[in-house]
Amino acid sequence: MQGETAAVERVFREEYGRLIASLVRRFGDIDIAEEAAGEALVAALEKWPESGVPPNPGGWLTITAGNRAIDRIRREKQRDAKHQAAFMDHDDTPHEPTGPVEDDRLRLLFTCCHPALAPEARIALTLRLLGGLTVAEIAQAFLVPETTMAQRITRAKKKIAAAKVPYRVPEAADLPERLGGVMAVLFLVFNEGYLASGDGDPVRAELTGEAIRLTRILRELLPEEPEVAGLLGLQLLTEARREARVRNGQLVPLGEQDRAGWGRGLIAEGHDLVRECLAINRPGRYQVLAAINAVHTDAPTASDTDWSQVVALYDQLTLLDPSPIVALNRAVAVAELDGPEVALALVDRLPLAGYHAWHVARADLLRRLGRTSEAKEAYDAAIAATQNSAERAYLSRKRGELV
Amino acid sequence: MTHYLLAVHGPAEMEEFGNYGSKEEMEAAFAATDAFNEKLRADGYWVFAGGLQSASTATVVDGQGETPVMTDGPYLETKEVIGGFWVVDAPDLDVALKLAAEGSKACGGKVEVRPFDGLA
Repeated sequence: MQGETAAVERVFREEYGRLIASLVRRFGDIDIAEEAAGEALVAALEKWPESGVPPNPGGWLTITAGNRAIDRIRREKQRDAKHQAAFMDHDDTPHEPTGPVEDDRLRLLFTCCHPALAPEARIALTLRLLGGLTVAEIAQAFLVPETTMAQRITRAKKKIAAAKVPYRVPEAADLPERLGGVMAVLFLVFNEGYLASGDGDPVRAELTGEAIRLTRILRELLPEEPEVAGLLGLQLLTEARREARVRNGQLVPLGEQDRAGWGRGLIAEGHDLVRECLAINRPGRYQVLAAINAVHTDAPTASDTDWSQVVALYDQLTLLDPSPIVALNRAVAVAELDGPEVALALVDRLPLAGYHAWHVARADLLRRLGRTSEAKEAYDAAIAATQNSAERAYLSRKRGELV
Repeated sequence: MTHYLLAVHGPAEMEEFGNYGSKEEMEAAFAATDAFNEKLRADGYWVFAGGLQSASTATVVDGQGETPVMTDGPYLETKEVIGGFWVVDAPDLDVALKLAAEGSKACGGKVEVRPFDGLA
């Protein structure tokens, strides 16, 4: 029985984004969509264990939830004529392809990641409505109390309704910028999973997995966008190293990872995506980051890494994104080509004293230069600037090894 | 369609040329705002618009007691106040935000976009 419940919940989670998106389009209201979806889950939990999972579970859920939503609207129509007026402008047309894009989930993704919403609300709404995560799960992932997260989501949904944040894919002229906002949300979710900012689990596979799942959907919906392919490739090539990245509760840096533990399937898929991007030849930030990760995952051992290729890619990335964080990562690669002294000079002039990775890079370069006491100070600063338990453990060990 | 308030925020303290650095800047902003207003009318978004006198001309009235109490000056003493506004009728927030961006550029101030909760 418990296994059957879990099976129903798994199907529900997989279908959730599609279900909510079609209900929002049909009824023009996120709350109605969520409530109807919840009622459909209850119905499925009652019926499916007895009668078996229907051949088209998504269709079953959509019809059931749609009927529940209509019931609710009828009830409210009788009770409250004024409330009913709010539903007058809902879109009751059958599910039609919208231009080149054939999925309601894409509209919902653009609504959830609308620039008028606070960045943390965009992430939360995306995970809630498209990922099907519960408010409790999202709150736990971002280490805030559940009530705080619930308020954040409620407030954002209220703004969407009251200010009429549109439920559509932006016009072609606005698409690149708006797509950038969507990809930024997915990348943030992934990064939070890959190196959690809090002091809980150092790596949160449920977040990296969810980001990849949503990025796969985005790619399915926009197969012609090379940046989406780049973002997916970047995530897959990073995810491939996840298992090898923590050992005995300590972070293992790229150069020291057991490459036999890397996920070969993910790497092959990631490399295919990078090759696809190169063929399209419209480079962007995520594509170049994916290419850098392709160089790393191409090397059988750390010493086989083609560092001149990595630095060349960082040069290209600097043209697209001239941020100090890119300059820091470039400097780390430069250290492998031109030595730690050259790299340290590059690192030291960056305005990143509040960023833990800057202290980590300095500590490592100072250690390699034999400037031990400065290295110790830099390790201390790095440890103080991160909450991630695996990173702290790794940095503490490195600091302890200095004599 | 939804009504949106596009409120222009600017410094509470007005200089000789309002919020502008020179007479020429002020006149250029007025001309650009006039042109933007014309466009709002032509495109059917226009409901109402106006510029406000400086916040120091405001009076706060509290009529909740038996006799109304008058206080000189604005309700909140802040560095930034509303200097003027548009009310537009737009199909959704994306359109309202685009109009706000144009209006902000024309008048030379930041614009807050806020939907009305119905109209009387």
